[in-house]
Amino acid sequence: MRSRVPWLLVVPAVLGMAFLVLPLAGLLVRAPWSTLPQRLSEPQVLEALRLSLVTASVATAVCLVLGVPLAWLLARTDFPGRRLLRALVTVPLVLPPVVGGVALLLVLGRRGLVGQWLESVSGFSLPFTTAGVVVAEAFVAMPFLVIAVEGALRAADVRYEEAAATLGASRFTVFRRVTLPLVAPGVLAGAVLCWARALGEFGATITFAGNFPGRTQTMPLAVYLALETEPEAAIVLSLVLLAVSVFILVALRDRWVGAAA
Amino acid sequence: MLKRLVVVVSMFVLAACGSSSAPAETELTVFAAASLTGTFTELGKRFEAANPGTKVTFNFGSSATLAQQITQGAPAGVFAAASPATMKTVADAGLAGTPTVFVKNKLEIAVPPDNPAKVENLKDLTDPEVKVALCAEQVPCGAAAVKALDAAGLKVTPVTLEQDVKATLTKVELGEVDAALVYRTDVIASAGKVTGIPFPEADQAVNDYPIATLKDASPLARRFVDLVLSKQGEDVLTKAGFEAP
Amino acid sequence: MTLRARIVVRRPAFRLDLDLTVGRGEVVTLLGPNGAGKTTALRALAGLIPLTEGSIELDGVRIEREPAERRPVGVVFQDYLLFPHLSALDNVAFGPRCQGRSKAEARSLARELLDRMGLAEFSSVRPRRLSGGQAQRVALARALAVEPRLLLLDEPLAALDAHTRLEIRSELRRRLTGFDGATVLVTHDPLDAMVLADRLVVVENGAVVQEGTPAEIARRPRTDYVARLVGLNLFRGEGDGDRVRVGDLVFAAEERVSGPAFVAFAPGAVALYRTRPDGSPRNLWEGRIDGIERHGDHIRVHVDGPVPVAADVTPAAVAELDLTPGRRIWVSVKATETHAYPA
Repeated sequence: MRSRVPWLLVVPAVLGMAFLVLPLAGLLVRAPWSTLPQRLSEPQVLEALRLSLVTASVATAVCLVLGVPLAWLLARTDFPGRRLLRALVTVPLVLPPVVGGVALLLVLGRRGLVGQWLESVSGFSLPFTTAGVVVAEAFVAMPFLVIAVEGALRAADVRYEEAAATLGASRFTVFRRVTLPLVAPGVLAGAVLCWARALGEFGATITFAGNFPGRTQTMPLAVYLALETEPEAAIVLSLVLLAVSVFILVALRDRWVGAAA
Repeated sequence: MLKRLVVVVSMFVLAACGSSSAPAETELTVFAAASLTGTFTELGKRFEAANPGTKVTFNFGSSATLAQQITQGAPAGVFAAASPATMKTVADAGLAGTPTVFVKNKLEIAVPPDNPAKVENLKDLTDPEVKVALCAEQVPCGAAAVKALDAAGLKVTPVTLEQDVKATLTKVELGEVDAALVYRTDVIASAGKVTGIPFPEADQAVNDYPIATLKDASPLARRFVDLVLSKQGEDVLTKAGFEAP
Repeated sequence: MTLRARIVVRRPAFRLDLDLTVGRGEVVTLLGPNGAGKTTALRALAGLIPLTEGSIELDGVRIEREPAERRPVGVVFQDYLLFPHLSALDNVAFGPRCQGRSKAEARSLARELLDRMGLAEFSSVRPRRLSGGQAQRVALARALAVEPRLLLLDEPLAALDAHTRLEIRSELRRRLTGFDGATVLVTHDPLDAMVLADRLVVVENGAVVQEGTPAEIARRPRTDYVARLVGLNLFRGEGDGDRVRVGDLVFAAEERVSGPAFVAFAPGAVALYRTRPDGSPRNLWEGRIDGIERHGDHIRVHVDGPVPVAADVTPAAVAELDLTPGRRIWVSVKATETHAYPA
């Protein structure tokens, strides 16, 4: 028989749950259900939704390509300044996203340290482009991925990597064929966190990439501006964003769980 | 157990009563549009000096957000909005007294000090080579920009529609855009980081700033509104670039 | 000689320093207590830790500076460390793939090896579904798939339960016989060592204390550790012809020896008496029973005295002699079962 669940844990757990779920319920209660279909069919809404999904997914891909090797570096190698680097990686977590956006402008903007050079060479400038949205989202979301993957790497048994080395695997082969598959659950968890964070990104995006329908106006930006004039529209947009992200996460989870079994 | 709960609850009730009743006579909360930050802070200091023992607290922000906070029951004595529309939301909810327009704000073209795109007038903004930032139509400065451009019969394709006028101004200050339409007050407040270019069509899109006392406000609220409407108030506001109504 | 190595690994508060030579097809077992440095030596041979000093020569080629992935070495790890995300077949094919073989080639090689291990029907099974014995065979196949010149096995039987162990042990012996490179095996279990090794190298505190065939070492242990392992009573004394003096005691032995010498005899060679038996005073002394324990189908009695000994007696003898801890007892050892050899 299972022992009794201690109340000291249950009570705060239920309070915590209520704290997270009630605001959601508030949105549902106040949603203008009668005008919902009509609002949803507005092309601007679909455009913002599409843009949000595309940029969040591309940003997650960018984070995977850059973040997983970074996590590996932090977890598996030792070099001077590693602790400092590790702390720096988490900076976007504590930086207000708007400040992050300004920082990105100062580096990648038209007059920024790198952006200036980029524009003179290629004539291309990141701000106010969809690529800019991806950059802003990746900047804010990458730490989630790096921290999750680094944790998974540290928890993984390095003896498997040694075994692979004795079988003739180079360090890269070990990483690709042994380490990565072993920490795959951690990478997936990190990618999900990263995607969710990118999807909800507002401050850095509007600061760095601006707001223009179809190009840089993602759902959170559309929600914010709708709030200025039509709070009801904002609620609808939030619900759409919420529903779509929950749907995608649940669908992916089922596929992963199905694949693992 | 039950007894202890009763004690805790009554403490909460007592605490709540204590905070709401006593200091009402000496404290005033003013909700004001973000573009009034500098001037109203100044006026608040003067008000406190003229009325010893009083304390004015400000909540600056987007007029729409403030209006929403007020309709959701935020405790405010005075509301100064950047557009009649946002004031109307509060008035329609029966929460505001009769609003008075106390200043007007006009748009100007803001360009970086070196004016890289050589912008001289509103028509220059239609050049596709010129990167322009406007406020989103949902916020007052954006609505005013649309009105001005319509009046001039011009069509501008901006690279971005910013969420408020400060963000729009920042894009100019950082040189990310060549030009933006912002308020004259913002150009003056930027203290040389952007250059303002007045344009005649701005007269077609003047923004009225209404002010009103709110329901159940203390007499202090009325006195603050009077200060804003006085000659002294007008001086502070016009110095910052506002125009008298 | 296939492998010729001098392994020196220095760590704070630990130093490993041993010479090791292994011939073609020979199985050398490093035997020693936990912490003796056996696994460290193995890891150094595999290239997983660097040598502080010394050299490793395999088939005449120095490899101590090569990284692990470039050494012609196969390792069967303790717990086997089969990659959990790969099937048995892909685990075995992993090495050949890394050596540049095509996927098809690597797999057919792996299939052949699994087949030889009697695991043909398990090739698509993930490691966690394999029994301990099966996993060990897959691990061995994986190590052999890289066609190593040196095969290293770290406690290959430790992960198995006592039941399967017996069977797997002799099977492993058979498979190792088929390997023509050098094999170094590490264990702390004397029985594993005796069965699996052509030659034993006993390591204590980072150094070799004794080397020889299992039979030699079992017969003539040179340290208390080895004597305990092989279940012998071992004493150090002074030889004088057919006698060895250990303190005040005099042992008569089978062999003649002079100078510093060891005396060794099995617990089964010890007899216990309530009263002093008649006859020769050699190999006879009085002691006090220190402890009594079950040992297989007989009883082991520890007797303290001029020298501490273990004696194996039948349960009937325990009852008859009324053996209880603390009781004084006479101890005698048959001269024909007492061995002496130079120390």
